[in-house]
Amino acid sequence: MRFTKDHEWIELDGDVATVGITAYAAEQLGDVVFVELPTVGRTLKTGDGMAVVESVKAASDVYAPLDGEVAAVNDALSSNPETVNQSPEQDGWFAKVKVADKAAVEALMDRDAYEKFLGTL
Amino acid sequence: MSSSEAPLKTTPLTETHRALGARMVPFAGYEMPVQFKDGVLTEHKWTRAHAGVFDVSHMGPSFIRLAKSTGDAGADHKAIAAAIEPVISGDIAGLKPGQIRYTILLNEQGGMLDDLMVARFAEPHLADGLYIVVNGATKDDDFALIEKTVLPEAGFLRVDNRALIAVQGPEAVDVVSAIFPGAEDLSFMTLRWFEQGEFPALVARSGYTGEDGYEILIRAEHAVGFYQRLLADERVRPIGLGARDSLRLEAGLPLYGHDADPTVSPIEAGLKFAVPKSRRERGDLRGQGRLIAEFGGQLSRVRVGLKVLEGAPAREGAEIADGAGKVIGVVTSGGFAPSLGQAIAMGFVPPEHAAVGTRLNVIVRGKAQAAEVAAMPFVPHRYVRKP
Repeated sequence: MRFTKDHEWIELDGDVATVGITAYAAEQLGDVVFVELPTVGRTLKTGDGMAVVESVKAASDVYAPLDGEVAAVNDALSSNPETVNQSPEQDGWFAKVKVADKAAVEALMDRDAYEKFLGTL
Repeated sequence: MSSSEAPLKTTPLTETHRALGARMVPFAGYEMPVQFKDGVLTEHKWTRAHAGVFDVSHMGPSFIRLAKSTGDAGADHKAIAAAIEPVISGDIAGLKPGQIRYTILLNEQGGMLDDLMVARFAEPHLADGLYIVVNGATKDDDFALIEKTVLPEAGFLRVDNRALIAVQGPEAVDVVSAIFPGAEDLSFMTLRWFEQGEFPALVARSGYTGEDGYEILIRAEHAVGFYQRLLADERVRPIGLGARDSLRLEAGLPLYGHDADPTVSPIEAGLKFAVPKSRRERGDLRGQGRLIAEFGGQLSRVRVGLKVLEGAPAREGAEIADGAGKVIGVVTSGGFAPSLGQAIAMGFVPPEHAAVGTRLNVIVRGKAQAAEVAAMPFVPHRYVRKP
């Protein structure tokens, strides 16, 4: 699993990356009540607004951590947004993205580096 | 208003909140707990089911008192009421001993400078005074206007160095009357002093959640002890400003600075009841002409409740459109209603679109989502009124 400073995780399987937000991000957001996901087929550029997570009190953007094309989204989140809090780094995944540049993903932080990064916040 | 440079103020409970693991945020110039460990959803639901305790010491409690009292309680009350009435919309002279009134601080155009509580003390020897509580974000300006208005007939004392602590929810009455025996006899929107006992305090049966409950003014040196005593009761949990906002939204209560501002009149804001007939007939309201015209139906916008029927919560700033796609108004506060499991909002629309059941759209991130004008409160009030 790889991580970004925007608190997303990326799990690469072949050339498909599953993307979600980290446990830290979910904790910071508080209770998630709505998730707006990208449409399947959309082309993402790193840094694009990819999804919006709404907690009781605020809306937060989730930015694409990589370039690629959205292959699937986690539709279960529309009826059970709380899954993002309950299982952020597994069942609470947001999208599967067909990755254009696997090396760019591999170059992101691993868990140790991400944990160290959290320690600086 | 930018307070990024100014150091945040603290309340007598700030350190206690931190020790409880609260997430602290800047609010109205103070460092305040937005949520505790339970999180907003759980805190909200706990308050509706049990009792939540809120630190609202950022707000603006104050006293005014006649410079010269006559000793005649009736005459003194009339005199102190006459000192404050010129800048507010309410009938203060008509308050009974111990009664609290929700009222509006008006500007010369009949717009809302703030909404506030004005109370007549229950104690006859305090008939020459009033208790006034304004909002935190506006309190410095409010206090200056109030002081200027009541001088020289009366003196003004801000007491926002004390703690103001709200206990809200169906179990609040048992929790609070265990500490202040007799508090259970207070009716909604009344108050009295509890001078005896461990925690001398001014105890009001009032609140901002739609639930039964109390708002208690207590000296700073007693605040932590009192707060800890409340939290020692297993029916009580600490609640942050996040849940305070979702609770008041469900209760249909406007939040000043969002659902009301100096351009909004109390009539537009749906607060007609705060501009009583006695004041309208006397004819000395600030913005009298506008307010009377609006009472007569000359209104271009009114505050409505909205249920968002699909999609994301519509928050402050989201446009409201009619069925044809024409923008007719704006959301002034909105979010997810934990008690209802759906998104709700308040906003302003022209009166012809304000009937309950009217189908409208809210525009969230460029997408039109179906919404419907809904009666407020969204969640029924559970105030306790004594005969």
